[in-house]
Amino acid sequence: MLTKNQAQEQQLQLSDPIDRRAPLILGNPSFNKITEDICRPIEGKTHVVWWLYFFMAASILSILGGALGHLIYNGTGIWGLNNPVGWAWDITNFVFWIGIGHAGTLISAILFLFRQKWRTSINRAAEAMTIFAVMCALIFPGVHVGRIWVAYYMLPLPNQMSMWPNFRSPLLWDVFAVNIYGTVSVIFWYMGLIPDLATIRDRAKGKIRQIIYGFLSVGWTGSARHWMNYEKATLILAGLSTPLVLSVHTIVSFDFATSVLPGWHTTIFPPYFVAGAVFSGFAMVATLLIVVRKAYDIEHIITIRHLENMAKIMTVTGSMVGYAYCLEFFIAWYSGNPYEIFIFKNRAFGPYWWAYWTMFTCNVVSPQLFWFKALRTSPVAIFIISIFVNIGMWFERFVIIATSLHRDFLPSSWFYFSPTIWDILTFAGSFGLFFTMFALFLRFVPMVAIAEVKSVLPQADPHFEGEMPKDDPSPAPARKAVAESEEEGDLMPATAVARQGAH
Amino acid sequence: MAGENKLYGVLAEFESPKDLLHACEKVREAGYQKWDAYSPFPVHGIEAAMGQKPSPLGWMSFIGAITGASLGMLMQWWMSAVDYPLVISGKPLFSWPAFIPITFELGVLFGALTAFLGMLLLNGLPRPYNPLFSSERFARVTDDRFFIAIEAADPKFRTAEAKDLLTKLGATHVELVEGQA
Repeated sequence: MLTKNQAQEQQLQLSDPIDRRAPLILGNPSFNKITEDICRPIEGKTHVVWWLYFFMAASILSILGGALGHLIYNGTGIWGLNNPVGWAWDITNFVFWIGIGHAGTLISAILFLFRQKWRTSINRAAEAMTIFAVMCALIFPGVHVGRIWVAYYMLPLPNQMSMWPNFRSPLLWDVFAVNIYGTVSVIFWYMGLIPDLATIRDRAKGKIRQIIYGFLSVGWTGSARHWMNYEKATLILAGLSTPLVLSVHTIVSFDFATSVLPGWHTTIFPPYFVAGAVFSGFAMVATLLIVVRKAYDIEHIITIRHLENMAKIMTVTGSMVGYAYCLEFFIAWYSGNPYEIFIFKNRAFGPYWWAYWTMFTCNVVSPQLFWFKALRTSPVAIFIISIFVNIGMWFERFVIIATSLHRDFLPSSWFYFSPTIWDILTFAGSFGLFFTMFALFLRFVPMVAIAEVKSVLPQADPHFEGEMPKDDPSPAPARKAVAESEEEGDLMPATAVARQGAH
Repeated sequence: MAGENKLYGVLAEFESPKDLLHACEKVREAGYQKWDAYSPFPVHGIEAAMGQKPSPLGWMSFIGAITGASLGMLMQWWMSAVDYPLVISGKPLFSWPAFIPITFELGVLFGALTAFLGMLLLNGLPRPYNPLFSSERFARVTDDRFFIAIEAADPKFRTAEAKDLLTKLGATHVELVEGQA
């Protein structure tokens, strides 16, 4: 046992020497412990709960297949669209999903450039979420064209009309932005995975596993000469992804802002959309990871401190979004444009008032609850609020799209859009795709960046003066470490037992 | 296979990043050229300890990004103003400000692809076979152990000397690895 003094000394060594905050990873784990904890879920037998989750997600995915099949066969008439509402749930869903993806890139690129070490625990899952969200997003513009067999007209390909796409159209910018965003996200994610796939390769028992993970890890050895180029590539990709992610939602907002429709034609849209995207994305990361950290017993890796940081970002971006909502009304009044004033009055108090105030409550009011420390450090509270934010951000896009369209300049063309069952099933089905992909991710890919987490452990610093933590053979020590840290209010190093057979 | 039993080099195992960094400094000072350090994560400051030159990847990616952006602008100019000139919204045929978003996106795409493929190229990956994989202990390089390998191809290489040096530097295990480089 350690005496109180020794424990305090160790605590000081483990925590940040400048801000004295709790360590990023609780329980003072050894390098091997990190490997074991993160590899366990993808190496053991498939858990029955995973199968349940997978089958549920796959069933919902099959709904998407049915809904899309029906759409391709019959055309967009199966949706509730009619003049003047030519865009409704399809584009709402597109913006919703693409926005969710932005948190992953923010964590992996922008927080990397700002040297935020806490991102290492959550970046892998968040980037995976980005990729799956982009997949879901791409469905909607792909199918909303109606005749999807000519969707390739969107690409600059020589076709039978020998015409090229109109490069002055923001919709075409969107095609490039979103596809390139998806491609770069996959590259970034896969590159981050290479060292961790090598870890799985080196631990693999079966021949098939060795071949598959060996193939995917491209012969990685952890050579210092390789790491140097690798880190440089990470830096470059982070540097490129940062303006990329900002440009993507900027261009998505151009789809609206470059039109002349009141309610869309505003210069605040790009920053407002980007803030909203990060806001919704962090809500989705929190929703997913609060469940994952509990289910996979990695609460010492994704700690309360990580959740608290995410909650703070939600409050910041939620406040930015709230500011934008208010400013839109101010500008509508200040412009003196009667159409602009009408559309905003109509947005808050017209037939879609319920959607507007759902959005406002979920996005502006609920993240302000995180000013209370008790709420932003409680996984249950963060989970509930993050669900509200997810709902609110979907409504934000619906409000922007539907309320600006449904009352045209001529009252004779006014229309009240209601979704049909196919609108609803297509949207619900896209969650099936998202959760099916996420299930496969949890089962086959290390869900936390193993190498990156190791590099933020105190003993990873070559100037670390303490004793290397011993490997801990107890099977589920994570809960113990977390419980201890919560009871003591600070970190007590878990009692270490030397592993048999170590040198 | 021919050359199966050829000596590849000496592989030494270390327990901590600190030991590895210290050993790297000494191996460099001993004048070896063909050697490398291996670790589960990038060890801070090891480039200096090993005397590595900075990676040229930044320049490569920069050139890639400029190429992508130029191709993007060129493509839009050619398609809109040359191959099928079409006046849209009364704008000039080559209305370059409207072409900036796609130019930018293609610059990012090419820059990112160059960074990733350049990383693989500079590192000589993918490389399915590596003599080091024949060492059972080396499997822990992706877990919690740190290694230095001095290759037999180094002009200064003498088996006994290299072994002695690495043992003296605090290696917990030193072994000979066979196979083709």
